Amino acid sequence: MAATNDPFQFQEFEEAANMLEIHRDATTISIEDDGPEPQKQRNAAGFSPDADNDDPHDADDTAELLSGQKKNAPFWTFEYYQKFFDIETHHVKERIFGSMMPWPGKNFIHVYLRRNPDLYGPFWICITFVFAIAISGNISNFLVHSGRPNYRYTPEFRKVTIAATAIFSYAWLLPLALWGLLLWRNNKVMNLVSYSFMEIVCVYGYSLSIYVPAVVLWILPFEWLRWCSVVVALCLSGSVLVMTFWPAVRDDHPKVIIAIMSGIVLLNILLAIGCKTYFFSTPEESHPDDSSPANEAIKAPS
Amino acid sequence: MAAAEDSRPFAGLSDVSISEDIPVEGDISVPVGSSRRDDELSTLDEPVKETILRDLRAVGNKFVHVLYPKRSSALLRDWDLWGPLLLCVTLALLLQGGAADSDDQGGPQFAEVFVIIWFGSIIITLNSKLLGGTISFFQSLCVLGYCIMPLTVAMAVCRLVLLGGTGMVSFAVRLAVVTASFGWSTFASTAFLTDSQPPNRKALVVYPVFLFYFVIGWMVLTFSPSQ
Repeated sequence: MAATNDPFQFQEFEEAANMLEIHRDATTISIEDDGPEPQKQRNAAGFSPDADNDDPHDADDTAELLSGQKKNAPFWTFEYYQKFFDIETHHVKERIFGSMMPWPGKNFIHVYLRRNPDLYGPFWICITFVFAIAISGNISNFLVHSGRPNYRYTPEFRKVTIAATAIFSYAWLLPLALWGLLLWRNNKVMNLVSYSFMEIVCVYGYSLSIYVPAVVLWILPFEWLRWCSVVVALCLSGSVLVMTFWPAVRDDHPKVIIAIMSGIVLLNILLAIGCKTYFFSTPEESHPDDSSPANEAIKAPS
Repeated sequence: MAAAEDSRPFAGLSDVSISEDIPVEGDISVPVGSSRRDDELSTLDEPVKETILRDLRAVGNKFVHVLYPKRSSALLRDWDLWGPLLLCVTLALLLQGGAADSDDQGGPQFAEVFVIIWFGSIIITLNSKLLGGTISFFQSLCVLGYCIMPLTVAMAVCRLVLLGGTGMVSFAVRLAVVTASFGWSTFASTAFLTDSQPPNRKALVVYPVFLFYFVIGWMVLTFSPSQ
């Protein structure tokens, strides 16, 4: 029973059930046993029920909030990398064709990547390029030198390692440097467009895809064909890169724009020409061992 | 009467009762596979020869499954890595002894073949798991390793053909053999692997497998013996 009449004295009230017995008309809300109705009223009013977690309405709300965002797993877990492989076959095909046929005004990142950069394309295109260069270089050396009597065919397996080092540093270290550079310029000059590291890796990786058919074409030992295909591949690949990075540096100081753009183009040219001269020998560059004076000197005394 | 009985079909059950003085007792036990326990005890006692032969028979059974790639789950269900190890070591040994005196521009060393096969398989497995495949890591390694068998056989055939000479005819024969075995390897492994992939990503998973066997086939084809 409730204590009596002094309003300022501390009163101890019995439990709600007991009070309900006494006053059957009164409504009481007790916190311990929740019926379904007071809970629904609380959710409708927008209160967040902090204690009660197994409410199905609560789970639905948070599930809807999370489905719009990608989960941020830490970078040492498997799930972090799984979100970069969230593509399908036709996406990869579209991205490869888009990098081989650049169109003025179509920024590769905005049109094809659409906030979904993938790691599948850059990685496998680089590996294909490494083996294509090694194998095509080997075949073309064989075709160039095969007529000569003291040529022994060797598979030249060492060149795979060299090709892999060169191509992977171009496709992965250079985007890292470029991303750092763009980030630094972004602190100084407010650019409207900024790219994430994965998007830059993606552009570089897919821009190498035009070189794979070019490299296969270099097997044929015709110099004019090789130089034509080098120029075509350079133009296509370079224009993809330039058109992608132009919006990111457009608002900057003109000297910086020229420096960054020419750096991108020059490194691309360096890769193409370096691959061609190192892995593919031309018909004129035969080593002169048929008529060298050393051989003549050895033959003379006998 | 009949209508009343039809409307209450279980009406008669309410009359069933058990008198209280019948004790209800018994044993509730889960039937343990006691025969399996006997088997495990007995494999400790069996001779070593039988243990080895059982594993060898399992490996040989999987070789047969690669030779005739049908849709069977034997390779996937009880995977093992003995077969791939055996094939890898055999292939790497067979690729030795070619142009080894000029170690500058020669063929692949033993370690290079080993690394290419195992790291290649691991990377392909990671790739298929990242693309959402349901196959497990070691199952995929097992399949990729066992499907190197046609290329190992081709390597042995190539070495035999090279004993007869290194002319155009021998090159044509070797090319045909290596191409056929490369096709067989790729076909066999995709027959086992593609079932576990989501349907719109199958080409993305098959291409690295194709590249892997292409590189191994290239190493087999370009083997040139020292003279």
